[in-house]
Amino acid sequence: MKDSLVLLGRVPAHPDSRCWFLAWNPAGTLLASCGGDRRVRIWGTEGDSWICKSVLSEGHQRTVRKVAWSPCGNYLASASFDATTCIWKKNQDDFECVNILEGHENEIKSVAWAPSGNLLATCSRDKSVWVWEVDEEDEYECVSVLNSHTQDVKHVVWHPSQELLASASYDDTVKLYREEEDDWVCCATLEGHESTVWSLAFDPSGQRLASCSDDRTVRIWRQYLPGNEQGVVCSGSDPSWKCICTLSGFHSRTIYDVAWCQLTGALATACGDDAIRVFEEDPGSDPQQPTFSLTAHLPQAHSQDVNCVAWNPKEQGLLASCSDDGEVAFWKYQRPEGL
Amino acid sequence: MVGGSGTRHGLLENANPLIYERSGERPVTAGEEDEQVADIIDAREIFDLIRSINDPEHPLTLEELNVVEQVRVQVSDPDSTVAVAFTPTIPHCSMATLIGLSIKVKLLRSLPQRFKMDVHITPGTHASEHAVNKQLADKERVAAALENTHLLEVVNQCLSARS
Repeated sequence: MKDSLVLLGRVPAHPDSRCWFLAWNPAGTLLASCGGDRRVRIWGTEGDSWICKSVLSEGHQRTVRKVAWSPCGNYLASASFDATTCIWKKNQDDFECVNILEGHENEIKSVAWAPSGNLLATCSRDKSVWVWEVDEEDEYECVSVLNSHTQDVKHVVWHPSQELLASASYDDTVKLYREEEDDWVCCATLEGHESTVWSLAFDPSGQRLASCSDDRTVRIWRQYLPGNEQGVVCSGSDPSWKCICTLSGFHSRTIYDVAWCQLTGALATACGDDAIRVFEEDPGSDPQQPTFSLTAHLPQAHSQDVNCVAWNPKEQGLLASCSDDGEVAFWKYQRPEGL
Repeated sequence: MVGGSGTRHGLLENANPLIYERSGERPVTAGEEDEQVADIIDAREIFDLIRSINDPEHPLTLEELNVVEQVRVQVSDPDSTVAVAFTPTIPHCSMATLIGLSIKVKLLRSLPQRFKMDVHITPGTHASEHAVNKQLADKERVAAALENTHLLEVVNQCLSARS
């Protein structure tokens, strides 16, 4: 397990503030970071070092909590505590704010683009999840307001290939939504966590969803279609989601983020105990009851809470992380031999 | 995060609280005056940081109201952890979140950033114990609350030295 995570570089991305979240562009060439200083910064490489290519400072009045790239890579969405979501258009190294999405009552906690690029989801402390439709003229229209959660909604994420949306909440649950006759409906509620669910990540196939929580566990949920061989009960034509694995005893504080590498299937976590951990599924483990092993554990990855981990979508093993200490770090993960 | 300060100008929720004696000054030991010796942060030091916080509705400190006590401070300097339990004067105190937030902010501003802080209600002393604890433990909600200028002003009043 030693040396399986090697530090490549570290940048003071949001000095004197906290860095909340990171997002790689689809080409894997740029990393967007956001933080308590109300700014978004865009990072790229020059030689061996990471440099700041742009600062997006006009746009938000309060903390920028999350950022998301459109699947085409030409747009960036930023979600802020100021209750707005900004859409930025990329022209070379410049970013222009082309749209401001308003409607949430208070802090927006997350934003995510559907794989088609035609839909955007946002969620807020106002307990709602909004689905926005994007037309050819870059206009955004809210097509649904989902009020399924009973508390603050912390995170939204789309299925990697389908129009299936998942949300995580302070009400300790995860909910899934799909479109039904021109509207969006909640089609599943995943119960099991004992405290706030902070983040979610689909595996490369989209068949499994990982959730991480203030209860210091990661749970892995698997989709079962109606009529499945395993006999998992489904209601009507909706698939059922069942928790097939719980990673407990590894983390000593709140787990703020979980990232499932779309290239290798490695699962990384960002924890309030300042550590980064990587897990891998044991070869030959039962798909209905998989087991995972801790393959990397860096106890002092940052000097304060780690808020986010993000795998590069193109370069295998390249992991970025960010922290309350305002820094962004880049790591090379190598699967230990013998696995 | 905190529901206004509605009771401030109306009836006090707890009009006649029990008032407790303040503890004396901490005696300074020879070891503490020795510049060569590293001072570890102990429970008394944490208590000294929070005991003079003003109660949001009485002209008294949290120590005088027995909301904070040194025995309810757990600290481990080597582990960089601090846990403070506070005891609202009455089980339905609507100020509990604000008091907890004030303690948290005081510690955030005073302690080295390596410290992990847990501020919670003394078990069994408040009707909404779980909800208040959950809010105080959620750093995202705390961060958002502290961007609210009105609330920050109220917290700063609690933390200001009384003239």
